[in-house]
Amino acid sequence: MLQTYTYPKYPYVQPAEQKERVARRYPVVIVGAGPVGMAAAIDCRLHGIPVVLLDEDDTVSIGSRGVCYAKRALEILDRLGVGERVVAKGVSWNVGRTFFHEEEVFNFNLLPEPDHKRPGMINLQQYYLEQYLVERCVELGVDLRWKNRVVSVQRMSDQVRLTIETPDGTYGIEADWLIAADGAKSPIRKLMGLEVEGKIFHDRFLIADVVMKADFPAERWFWFDPPFHPNQSVLLHRQADNVWRIDFQLGWNTDPEEEKKPEKVIPRIKAMLGDEREFELEWVSVYTFQCRRMQEFRHGRVLFVGDAAHQVSPFGARGANSGIQDTDNLVWKLKLVLDGKAPEKLLDTYSSERVAAADENILNSTRSTDFITPKSNTSRLFRNAVLTLAEHHAFARALVNSGRLSVPAFLTESPLNTADEDEFAGRMVPGAPMDDAPVGLPDGGKGWLLDQIGGQGFQLLYFTDVAERLGDRLERLRELTVDAVPVEPLIVSEKAGSVAGARVLHDLMHLVAKRYDAREGSVYLLRPDQHVVARWRKFDAHKVRAAVARAICNQ
Amino acid sequence: MTKGELAMPLTLTPNFSEAGKRYFRAFSPGDDFYEMLIDAHRDLDDGESAMLNAQLILLLANHIGDLAVLREALAKAREGA
Repeated sequence: MLQTYTYPKYPYVQPAEQKERVARRYPVVIVGAGPVGMAAAIDCRLHGIPVVLLDEDDTVSIGSRGVCYAKRALEILDRLGVGERVVAKGVSWNVGRTFFHEEEVFNFNLLPEPDHKRPGMINLQQYYLEQYLVERCVELGVDLRWKNRVVSVQRMSDQVRLTIETPDGTYGIEADWLIAADGAKSPIRKLMGLEVEGKIFHDRFLIADVVMKADFPAERWFWFDPPFHPNQSVLLHRQADNVWRIDFQLGWNTDPEEEKKPEKVIPRIKAMLGDEREFELEWVSVYTFQCRRMQEFRHGRVLFVGDAAHQVSPFGARGANSGIQDTDNLVWKLKLVLDGKAPEKLLDTYSSERVAAADENILNSTRSTDFITPKSNTSRLFRNAVLTLAEHHAFARALVNSGRLSVPAFLTESPLNTADEDEFAGRMVPGAPMDDAPVGLPDGGKGWLLDQIGGQGFQLLYFTDVAERLGDRLERLRELTVDAVPVEPLIVSEKAGSVAGARVLHDLMHLVAKRYDAREGSVYLLRPDQHVVARWRKFDAHKVRAAVARAICNQ
Repeated sequence: MTKGELAMPLTLTPNFSEAGKRYFRAFSPGDDFYEMLIDAHRDLDDGESAMLNAQLILLLANHIGDLAVLREALAKAREGA
């Protein structure tokens, strides 16, 4: 098979403590150097936390695997410092076509949301994302240990002890906190005897990466019951390097080993593309999937993230995207707990908030699965009726569910929110993931709101017409920066301006005020993971401090 | 809505919602309905499902009441049959 990508082989180095035969203690140890574990490690380093990252292998993901990275994950990757590389290498598609039998029933143009930095999604092979994350980990001084496999976990009240196997034998390590990012089959979860509950789907899918020799449109094509693959679904979309991903639904009664053979796969693709189209096969795999999650994502000092904690069907790209959001929710909380500024129970809200998000992902991906692969004659009949009506009627097009693209959860039920006491329109409610908008930066350049928010601490947007007229309010805003858990004021000003001791963002197109339904004097308190905590029509430092205390379980 | 659509009594644009419920994603109310519909048929055989569908149509038709709407819906459904 062809290779468009050369897999790096990362060097194994014997850990110093194994040579010296002493167990060392670390504030955070992460198991699993996939996209989620590495995102956690990078975020820890950006918070100044020393971190050890263990991986049993010594390279990146084999095969393209997760190929869709959605807007929210890209925004987080921006903060982690790899967003630009991922977007530059990835490919965007806008046109999606839906076919039923021989006919195209409709197409749509998924234009990027205007005046947001990042598009709805990009396609990129998982190995590229992992390679960029490895390089960023190295740059930030993550203690990344390849060929280190965890063989036992011992939970204590104030630490976790691990036994790790390397090519040189075993050694012990102690962690204040352990982040388990070791995938759907999570050895950590198994070593701890924990269950993951939910639904297993009796279906198999064949995925093939194909290198096209000639031009082929950069569009997403989804077939329901096509003549070249009767009674099943097929998905085609583009990745980087002229590699195309094709997913064939196979059904349950198929032999995965047999289906993976090129002599079996190539005729399928030829039937789909037509005989004249030249292509080469790069990678083939057969997968099944589950929609399930652990009851709790926190077990004492062990925190489960990504596929280790929850798994979804691939429709909607809610796997890696939601795992990256897990780490975004977790690391700022862990930092506050490590610094003794918040109680450990703040980490229980990592579990409750991300359990709610996982349930939303499981719900949406299960619905997509049920639409794509109907489980009864009646379900198939309704699916086909929707597709037939979709050719002519908008309401039916909205019901066609070939995957609901990963979007961040609105954490409206979170105990960390402070409920509205003033009237606001729009959707930036307490718990909402923030909307982006273009802003003028203090240095005169043009930038984006979300690039100014998050990472290190809480922030307060203060909306005003003219920043220079803030007067003594500015002093009270600045006082928040010296609190134990500081809050940085960000002045969002309708007119460009500057004031001493606070950054002023110029609301260039008046879109920040519009999207946040803000007026003169409105304030928004924001979490480090870019979710809204609370908002008021009038700034009151006592209320802000009370909301911060609530948002870190410090009441 | 275009001028042509205004003249037609049958709603053909997405129209699902639930009183008192706030939706942050446009696809959610339609997907909620579709799941309810498929769930209603769970564990029924084909004959039982057909009977459910027939009763459902009668219940909804009576609720809509307006024969002009129903006539148009019947015609549209007949086209795709």
